[in-house]
Order: sequence, then structure tokens, then C-alpha cells
Amino acid sequence: MSPATPPGEALAASGVTVREAGPGDLVAGVAPRWVALPESTGEVSTVMRVAAEHHLAVVPVGAGTKLRWGPPPERCDLLVYTGRLNQVLEHVAGDLVVRVQAGVTAEALAAALGGAGQQLALDVPLEGATIGGTLAAATAGPRRLRYGMARDMLIGITVVLADGTVARSGGKVVKNVAGYDLGKLFTGSHGTLGVITEATFRLHPLPASSAWITATVPGLEDLPDVAAIAGSQLEPGAVEIDWPDLHGPVTVSVLLEGVAAEERAKAAGELMGATAVITYEPPAWWGRLPGDEFLLELRVPPGAAVRALDAVARVAGDVPVRVRGSVASSVLSLALPAGTSAPAADIFVSALRSAVAAQGGRLVVWTAPPEAASLLDRWGPVGAATLMRRVKERFDPEGRMSPGRLAVGSRRVRSERS
Amino acid sequence: MTPAMAELSGRFASILGPGGVITDPVRLRTYECDGLTYHRATPAVVVLPETAEQVAAVVRACDETGTPFVARGSGTGLSGGALPRADGVLIVTSRMRRILQVDIENRRAVVEPGVTNLAITEAARPYGYYYAPDPSSQQICSIGGNVAENSGGAHCLKYGFTVNHVLAIELVTPDGEIVQLDAMDPGYDLLGAFIGSEGTLGIATKITVRLSRAPEVVTTLLAAFRNVESGGLAVSAIIGAGIVPAAIEMMDALAIEAAEAAVRCDYPPGAGAVLIVELDGPGAEVAHQFARVERICQESGAFELRVADDPAERAAIWKGRRSAFAAVGRISPAYLVQDGVVPRTALPMVLAGIEELSARYGIRVANVFHAGDGNLHPLVLFDDGEEGAGERAEQVSSEILDLCISYGGSITGEHGVGVDKSRYMPKMFTPEDLDTMQLVRCAFDPKNLSNPGKIFPTPRLCGEAPGVRKGVHPLVASGEAELF
Repeated sequence: MSPATPPGEALAASGVTVREAGPGDLVAGVAPRWVALPESTGEVSTVMRVAAEHHLAVVPVGAGTKLRWGPPPERCDLLVYTGRLNQVLEHVAGDLVVRVQAGVTAEALAAALGGAGQQLALDVPLEGATIGGTLAAATAGPRRLRYGMARDMLIGITVVLADGTVARSGGKVVKNVAGYDLGKLFTGSHGTLGVITEATFRLHPLPASSAWITATVPGLEDLPDVAAIAGSQLEPGAVEIDWPDLHGPVTVSVLLEGVAAEERAKAAGELMGATAVITYEPPAWWGRLPGDEFLLELRVPPGAAVRALDAVARVAGDVPVRVRGSVASSVLSLALPAGTSAPAADIFVSALRSAVAAQGGRLVVWTAPPEAASLLDRWGPVGAATLMRRVKERFDPEGRMSPGRLAVGSRRVRSERS
Repeated sequence: MTPAMAELSGRFASILGPGGVITDPVRLRTYECDGLTYHRATPAVVVLPETAEQVAAVVRACDETGTPFVARGSGTGLSGGALPRADGVLIVTSRMRRILQVDIENRRAVVEPGVTNLAITEAARPYGYYYAPDPSSQQICSIGGNVAENSGGAHCLKYGFTVNHVLAIELVTPDGEIVQLDAMDPGYDLLGAFIGSEGTLGIATKITVRLSRAPEVVTTLLAAFRNVESGGLAVSAIIGAGIVPAAIEMMDALAIEAAEAAVRCDYPPGAGAVLIVELDGPGAEVAHQFARVERICQESGAFELRVADDPAERAAIWKGRRSAFAAVGRISPAYLVQDGVVPRTALPMVLAGIEELSARYGIRVANVFHAGDGNLHPLVLFDDGEEGAGERAEQVSSEILDLCISYGGSITGEHGVGVDKSRYMPKMFTPEDLDTMQLVRCAFDPKNLSNPGKIFPTPRLCGEAPGVRKGVHPLVASGEAELF
């Protein structure tokens, strides 16, 4: 089909299911024109070739749970929906390895693996999220303390680049150092380098038992010694906090997994204080974001977590910030009310960024209401911005993949950190 | 030395002082190979920088003059990744060996690239912490080299590789810029892409590693079996029981024989295979799992079990395993070390295949492997005095990799591709896969000066348009990959 053909016709003639976009397909407020619904890596490649011929800007999407994360795309012609790539392709229980298509949801994968007593040990904060979207946004949850992040469990990946090239790296063995690890590069790339179509993961056995020990204390100064808990030989799987009101009580909950979880939870009681309670189900807030309309992520070195929490309370002023997250891994989610005024939000973000800078902390703004979104610096300083931009330019020289959605895609990176 | 190289050496002397530059041909020969000794090249010049700024200045001079450079740590690599270029500069990091910070509060250490792997653990040990990746060469291998190779070790089954334990890197890019990569940064995971890139994306000059809390209890079990098959059954049953040991290592009869000859490890007589299983973690968990592992080994046919609970006993069990590579020198005049990976469930078939290859070529193969993750280290034994034996050994070694690939495995689990295995890369990856990896290379090193000739077979130049390819790729023909 020649480029003279209108893109809509070319897409329709591609053999891949394509529909006109509707009001439900907005990407952070930007309307695409078409939605492609490919059913295989080959179909993704076909669609991407047509998009390349017609210079269409493409945004990949899974279940769309994080479609509002990041700045709006500068252009968006075509959504490539991966939800029909929904097959678990290969699960060899004896190898503790699974190969899945990108559109499989975390829940479907858990169900497929559970029968064999296995799991992908990656917490997914948003219900219904796909594996592809989880990789692209590099989300993780409480158990990152013990198992690491998506990047640490991903052993192979198949991607389709902006020009339709299908490329793989890694494989289906857990130990493998042949070639560059494209999986690392695509994990957290937010759709700006290409479309993830398949992923292979190392798995873990489901724990024999799980127990949570939880304590609620009046304020930050009464917090149990989080560092001592994380560094204890009880090997907690997660140490989480929930602080819904900066002027109110703080809850800390520690997960112990494996054999003798209860015994270890009891042993952790000494570090948690007299009010701690042991349960066999997680607290209701466990692993969930504190909100997603105005969502920030604060990362600091583990020793600086409590100081960072203190800084949040100090700079928040009258803004009712809700805090939740992995206090031992020092990744904290902050939710601001959607009605927070843009100037107030800007002051908060700048002040918190400066407060944690001394400890090497970072603050990222994932979602923001429109007015604040246009004002805020989403990323703060990034050390390797130039290298990142060079990678982006090699993978997507025409800037058609989710343009503007990540620091490096938009050239909005303000400065290099010295 | 060419006049251009002489001039460059002069520049280096002004950057590093005369003591930091080696041009004497005799001293240069010290650096002609790494741990893979059958690839040799004498570098045109060797530099010994002490700071990141000096590395950057040297690299900038290389960039300006179009001179290739290769970084080298302790030179223990087994794939020729630090093989120098006769027309290039070898940048040796052995003078950058300061431990800059042991930061227990943040569970991390900041070190220079020449620091040895074990030195980090030793610095952290007084606080009850350690650095988890433990390649066999950990006493001498450098952390910079570990980063380049994404080194593993016997305990990576449970704890992962270098890439899972590095939090930040300061690197000198191939155009001589000093750049910070940090796992906390938003944006692309360049840290993950850089680790394991075998020196082709730049030189790490400062590395921040995660320190891990020492486990409460470590228990090591040695189980002797009549043959490899029953040992393999035990491995499958342990994994099937939902147990992830810190390590599961296996040695076959020939490897045991070599280890006995070399270090008198005193493994149970009559063993056709020994399995070393190490469990670590909270006491209650280890005790429970250990009882199950013991039972599984007995049910799988183990005729003797030995248990170590203290460091001295543990060292005795590990002695034979740790010495295995060098030990085969006692039973064979020459040998090749292979490093292939297969899915764990394919181990029995692959071991049978190796035995068949060994019989067909009349070449003995001793097997030492990380059974938990399917990483094989067959030691291919030959007499270099015998006509044609070296070629037959090469052939066996090469066909072992074909076998690994045919079972969906990898050509290298931890030794790297280097110069040794670049020709196998097209067997594992399609041209499109390799071209896509090359995009990363071109983003970091458009002039192809940083460790050129490693990993990739004859890469395309950056900027060159993809060419038309002829014929059907083997991966397409076999149904492993599709073309679109």
C-alpha cells in the first residue's frame, strides 16, 4: 500500500483489526484517531510498519490503568492495544519460568501459575493491569524489598520497534549474559522505545505461609525502627507504611513469608512494639496506591526514609498529602487532592525535591490535574539525560513512539545533575 | 610503535605522569591476555589511571584520535573480554582500588572499579553484611570487571547477579564524559543496560553496590550419588518442593577425580556424582527446608550425606567444587572451560548428549555445573601434544553450545561473550535482534572505540542503513523465530 493512501485506509487494509477511536480512548486528555487491536507479535509489526509509512504517532496501551501517567503525548494518532495478546505461551513449572504475551493481566497470570504452586513475585498496584503495561511503567509493590522489581525477574523480552522490526533479547533461562539486555531498557520506557509484545520471567514458589505484623502509632516520632526491622535476620518480605493524614497516626506493617512465618512475625513483635497485631491477611490498604489523580513517587536511599517522611510533613503545609509505600525500600507514593492549586503543588514539589536532594532523593510526578501538569517539572534533574536522549533517538529517530511521555522523549529535561 | 601512538603516549604521560604509562614491550606482554589465554594480543600502550578524571582524559584523547581502547580489571575473565587491541590502548583499573564508603545505614558501599569482589564483603562483614554475588574468582576479580560481565557465582540461584546488586555507577562514556547512572533516576534503565555490556558502552569508574544482611543460618549439605542421573532427580525434586536453595552445585565422576587429585577434597569414595546444596535464611525456615532436602536426597538414591554448619566444615565441602576448574589440569595436559545454559528440566538430555559427543570424538569431558539454574561448565580435556586433539576438543566444546541452543538455552551464563563466542551470537539471535542491540551501542559509542570486536560479530557501522538479507535465517527455519 503506497503512502499516498490515507492512513485510515492503509490501516484498514493491513489485515489487523483497527477501529476509529472514541471518547474512551483518550491518552491523558489527547484523542487518538485509530485504535489497532493486534492478536500477535506479527500483527503488531504489521501495524507498526503501516504507522511508519504514514508517520503516525503511536501509543501502546494494555488495560489502560496507567494511561494517565506521565505528560500527555505531544501527538497521538494510533493506539496499539495489546489486550488481545492474552496468551500464557509457555509455563514450565520445573524450570520456574513462564513466557507470556504482553496483554495477559497480572490476575490471569497469577491464576495460571497458582495451580503449580508458583508466582510471579511482583506486586501490581492497579487491578487489571497487563504484564506489558506493568513492564512499561516499571511498577512494583511491597515485596520489592525481597524479590526486587520487574527488571529483576524479567529474563527475556520481545518488542516491536517504531519501524516494525521485531527484536528479542535474553531468552528462557534464568542465567544468561549473551548480548545486551533490551529487557532492562524497555522496563520503565513508558512506550517510548517500542511495543512490548512478549515477556519471559523467572518465577518463585508460592510461600508456604504469610503473616503480617502491624502497628499503628500516634506519629512519625513513635515509628518502630524500620531500618532494624528491614535489616533483621528475620528477612521480612516487605515493610510498608500507611499515613493517610500527616497530622494523624502512622501504620507500619511487616510481611513475613515462607516456612514459620508466624513464628518470625512473633519474633518481629519485639521490634514493632507492644501494640503490634499479627494477621494472616494483609491490611486493606496493602499494595494499593494512596490515590491516582495527583500521584507522586518519592525515592530515597533506605536510611533516609524516615527523614524523607519528616520532610513531606514539613513542606506539605496545608496540603492534605496521603503517604503510602515501601518504607524499607524507600519508595513512597504521595497522593495530593485533585483540587490542589497549581502554585501550591509547584511549591510542594520544589520544596520536597530540595529537601531530599541532600540524601540523593528523587521525586517524580506521575499524574497531575491539567492545570498543575502544565506547570510542574515532572522529573527533576536526571544524571544521564543526554545518554537517554541518544538512546531514544536511535530507537525512534522520528520521535513517533509515545512522544513526550518520558523525560527523554520530550526534551523537557531541564538540567543534568552534576 | 607508530608515530601517532608515540604522540598519544606522550599525551597520556602528561595526564597520568610517566609512572602511569607503559610502553616497554616486555612489560606490555604482561597484559596480552585475560583468563582466556589462547587469545593473545599485545596492546600498543597500557595506562594505569588513578581517578575518573584521568580515565576521562585518556578516553577523550582516544576519541579525538579515533584510537580503540579496552578496559581491564584483574584480567580473570574467561571469554577474552579484556583482550587488548594491538592498535589500541589498554586502560587498567588496578590503581583504582579504594573503598570510598561503607554505608550501613543505607545498606550500600561505594567503591572504585579495581576493588576486588571479596574486599567489599570483607569491609562489610564487621557490620553483619556482605556483597552477594560471589564468582569463583572473587578473591582476585575486580568489581569493575564484575559489572562489565554481569558476574554471577554459585549463589546467584537465590540472590541474582551483579545487575541485581548495583545501585549506581559513575561511568566514563566512550566520548570521555563522566556520567552518573542511578537506579533511583527516572527515565531509561541505562544502569541495567550498561551492566553486562562487556566494556562496550564505556568504563565504570565508581560503583555503588547493595550490601545484604548476612543470613541467620547457613547449612551446607554434600550428597553422594552413584550417578549423575540420580543426583539430577534430587535437584528436580528440591525445586519441585518449592525450595530455592542459596546454591545447588553438581560434579560428575571425572570432575571429582580431578578435584581429589588436586586438593584431596575427600569426597565419599565411589561417588559417580556429588551434589552440594546450601540453604540459608532464618533459622526456623532453614531447619524445615533442610529436613526436606535431606529426605529428598535419600529418596533419590544418595548413599552418603555430610552436613556442615560452621565455616570450616563448609569450606571443606566447597573445597573440591571451588578448585574444579584448575584441578582438571592434574588429570589432563590441557582443557577448555565451557559455559552454557539450558532449562533445568533439559539437564538430563543435555548431559546425555555431552556424553555422546565425548564418546564420538574420543575427548573426555568433566562436568561441573550450577544445577539449580542449568548453567553447565563442561571441562573439555585434551592432550595438546597430540596431533588434532585440540581441534577435536574445540569441536566438542562448540557442539555442546549447539546442544544448549537447541534446548532453548544460552551460549553463556556468566563468562560473557567476549571475543570467544561472538561467532555464536547469530545462532542465538536473529540479525534483527543483533541490529537492535547495536542501536544501544551506537547511542553510547557511535565511533565504535570502546572494546571493539567483542560480543557482536562484525557489527554494522552506526548510521549504516539495514541491508537486504539473503536466505532464510536458521532460527526462522527451525520455527524459533518468525519474520514479519
